[in-house]
Amino acid sequence: MKAWWGTTRLIAKRELLVEWRSRIALNQVFPFAGIVMVMFGFAIDDTRLMERIAPGLIVLATMFALLILVQRSFAVESEDGALDALRTAGVSSSALFWGKSIAMAVQLAALEALLVVLAIFLYGSTIRPSGVVLLIATWLAASWGLATVGTLYGGLAAGARGRETLLPLLLLPVVAPVLIGATRAVEAALGARGSVADGWPWMGLVAVFAVVFCAGGTLAFGPLIDE
Amino acid sequence: MADTATGRTTATHATRILGIVTLAGVAWLILFGLILSPADKNQGESVRILYLHAPSAWLAYLAFIVTAIASALYLFPKQHSLGWDRLAGASAEIGVLFMGMTLVVGMLWGRLTWGVFWRWDARLTTTAFLLVTYIGYLAVRRLGGTPEQRAKRSAVLALLAVLEIPLVHFSVELWRGLHQDASVLRPNGDVELDGLMLFTLLSGIVTFTLMYAWLVIHRTRTLTAEDMLDDVGLELALEERRRESIPHTIEEKGALLS
Repeated sequence: MKAWWGTTRLIAKRELLVEWRSRIALNQVFPFAGIVMVMFGFAIDDTRLMERIAPGLIVLATMFALLILVQRSFAVESEDGALDALRTAGVSSSALFWGKSIAMAVQLAALEALLVVLAIFLYGSTIRPSGVVLLIATWLAASWGLATVGTLYGGLAAGARGRETLLPLLLLPVVAPVLIGATRAVEAALGARGSVADGWPWMGLVAVFAVVFCAGGTLAFGPLIDE
Repeated sequence: MADTATGRTTATHATRILGIVTLAGVAWLILFGLILSPADKNQGESVRILYLHAPSAWLAYLAFIVTAIASALYLFPKQHSLGWDRLAGASAEIGVLFMGMTLVVGMLWGRLTWGVFWRWDARLTTTAFLLVTYIGYLAVRRLGGTPEQRAKRSAVLALLAVLEIPLVHFSVELWRGLHQDASVLRPNGDVELDGLMLFTLLSGIVTFTLMYAWLVIHRTRTLTAEDMLDDVGLELALEERRRESIPHTIEEKGALLS
């Protein structure tokens, strides 16, 4: 167990190091998500409406960015057969899954924080003091849920021809519960709709999703990447 | 699927009988659905859509359940049998076809009954997600690689869909607090099925179940043939390569010697 955790941490560190050296997420994916938020503003063009639907737009922009981050994460792996090398070196598939998921969750969490700040500036959203705990809980659950499901389906499409077009088709229907749950929870936390108490069951939905796909991924990732 | 050169087909004596029974069932369904059964007192003639809609929805769900079970039977035993994988693939193809039909027919019915093509209720939305999920599944089956790679990938995906679909359904249901509690038999809560209508509906379900069995047997067999063709194709290509490297004619041999 201790060795497993050590490997997991090593994988996560490696992922983040690759990102830190290339700065693809920082220089390309984050600005992409930002421009999506601006484009939403152009398309909607109604300040009051924007404030109301800002939570949904934040989650949607996160999902678009997720697709790119997942593709990037696995493109790096398959370019030099790194995934096979890691497996040959005896790295357990569950440690690989967890390590990649943790790194992905860290990047997503940073991205979501940025998008919430953008929503405050661009759409006039405000955070209610009573909603801060809910917002943080949803932030963590959504990051982990999206990271695990992204890593799982990314592993499925990795190394296959046409994965760029396949991943959105596979991933977007699966993350629908997160879109619904996180949107409602963030709405409650930001005061866009309903009370803060209304938001907690939605946070629960996102948390259930995160647990289910974390368990599913831990089991299924091995058979998916061993070929 | 007749192979004209050798006269070989994917049909056997049993499937021919099954096919004939299915066709008779379709004729029977048309007779009862369009002619003998009465119009509904609230919905009028549009209730007849139900005799196509409900059985095709049933067939699609049946097909997806078979896909899930066949995928598990491929993945879990020590001896992986590609037969289960082909059954899963064949069943998913038929499921997608009939789920698409269910949605189209259901939307036509919705336009007549509700005045709109689409309602954002849990059942409709989940059905649409189900369709997209299995379109993705079929795309994954076409990714290439060896049949074993294809089988493993798609079996895992099919089992993940079993995780995904209840979650999607549950969340959409939460999302639509005003979800109407409609069963397959009572699409608007106001269809009262009399004896003949119920009989027609049941005939539809029996006919479509037979149709599923018929289609899935043939499709599984053609998929087997496709895999065999790939194997044969590979062997032929190897053989050709080998022949290329051996000099055949005297001139070629002479060229090599000089």
